[in-house]
Amino acid sequence: MNQKPEKLIDKKGLRLDGRKPEDLRPIKVDVGVLSNADGSAYVEQGKNKILAAVYGPKELHPKHLSLPDRMVLRCRYHMAPFSVQERKSPAPSRREVELSKVIRESLEPAIFLEYYPRTGIDIFIEVLQADGGTRCASITAASLAIADAGIPMRDLVVGCAAGKVDDTVVLDLMDTEDKIGVADVPVALMPNLDVVTLLQMDGILTLEEFEKAVNLAMEGCKKIYALQKEALKTKYMTVKEVEE
Amino acid sequence: MPTFFEKRQIVTPGELLAEGDFLAGENTYAEGSKIFASRVGLADSENKKVNVVALKAFYIPEIGDIVIGTVTEVGFSGWNVDIKAPYEANLRASDVLSRPFKPQADELSQVLNAGDLIVAKIAAYDRAHDPQLTVGEPGLGKITRGQIMRVTPTKIPRVIGRKGSMISMIKQETGCQIILGLNGVILVTGKNPEDEELAMVAIQKIEEESHTSGLTDRIAQMLKEEKAKKEENKK
Repeated sequence: MNQKPEKLIDKKGLRLDGRKPEDLRPIKVDVGVLSNADGSAYVEQGKNKILAAVYGPKELHPKHLSLPDRMVLRCRYHMAPFSVQERKSPAPSRREVELSKVIRESLEPAIFLEYYPRTGIDIFIEVLQADGGTRCASITAASLAIADAGIPMRDLVVGCAAGKVDDTVVLDLMDTEDKIGVADVPVALMPNLDVVTLLQMDGILTLEEFEKAVNLAMEGCKKIYALQKEALKTKYMTVKEVEE
Repeated sequence: MPTFFEKRQIVTPGELLAEGDFLAGENTYAEGSKIFASRVGLADSENKKVNVVALKAFYIPEIGDIVIGTVTEVGFSGWNVDIKAPYEANLRASDVLSRPFKPQADELSQVLNAGDLIVAKIAAYDRAHDPQLTVGEPGLGKITRGQIMRVTPTKIPRVIGRKGSMISMIKQETGCQIILGLNGVILVTGKNPEDEELAMVAIQKIEEESHTSGLTDRIAQMLKEEKAKKEENKK
């Protein structure tokens, strides 16, 4: 895996892991996995393993950070030292600080922040295993954890990336495709309201390719959204069935 | 003017519930003429109002609510009380002493100390101020005996039952006094620990099965069976 493959897409048009260009990686979603947090979620997307926990709303400490008209969202994206092949220092890197901010800003529009002024919500995202597209999977997990904590939301937020490898626009890039590929376009979406809350691009795309990538990513988001909804409902459905 | 849900169907945040001439009720919001859910819960409509009964939520204080809280800090002129809400509540010394408070003469920690539990009523609260408590009414004040348990605050109405049917039944069957804090904290005081235990088991069962119907009868039956078992054990 460390060697650089020559072609990311073979003659049959299949990718390194055998997916078609418009295929997602297999996804597993679980809600309410941690008993000590107010809300939590676990997402597996291909080899990505991500855990999100939410605390609050509660009084914010230090108090001077609290705002008189709305609640404050704090977010920590963190990669475990064992999440990548070469040990990662557990101290927050430049990249993690940036991703924390990016994820926070993509979740903020979904939450009714003005409902509970002077309070704060803490979101902790722990990447246990990383394989490309962790920011998108983190957004998916964090929005589920917020919903699980019983915090009022406009819609769930889903993250999904698209990009270009070799000459093809593909959905849901994995690590190798992300690193050697031409471009990566992560998108976060509130599917019911049709609002994009995150749109980034790394690499070079023509205008047509960009449009195609964004549309592809939004389609991917909608597929993951269905899984998100199902996971939230099953958490309570199973409780229901056990009793009846 | 359609609605897009069946009665008591589980909905997730962002789910479209109704469109047209409807009002947004609890745990929902309106965007133009569309009504969406804002929490995970069971959807229901009443006249033209669409509601979602949340399956998980936290307590938000309201004036007049009876709550059970823990004293966390003794201050200069009052106490800070944890009422399991996003906001910390205050209890003024003058309210407890029912006479003017003299900082030189009164030692507040001798009246209420950190860790003490109190039953109190929310006297004042709004967006800009933390909730203010009062204990100046019969039945309120420091808790001296009994057992405490917690349920999700949204389940308290279910524990009360229709016109109090559930709670009065449990009180009658177990002979316990039960105070329901609207913040989800419940105080059970009985003649002996066994009675208290029985009442707590019943309340636990209500919380777990709150969304099923015919619950009052099943709880009543369960309590009767448990009592019969205990009688037998005594013999």
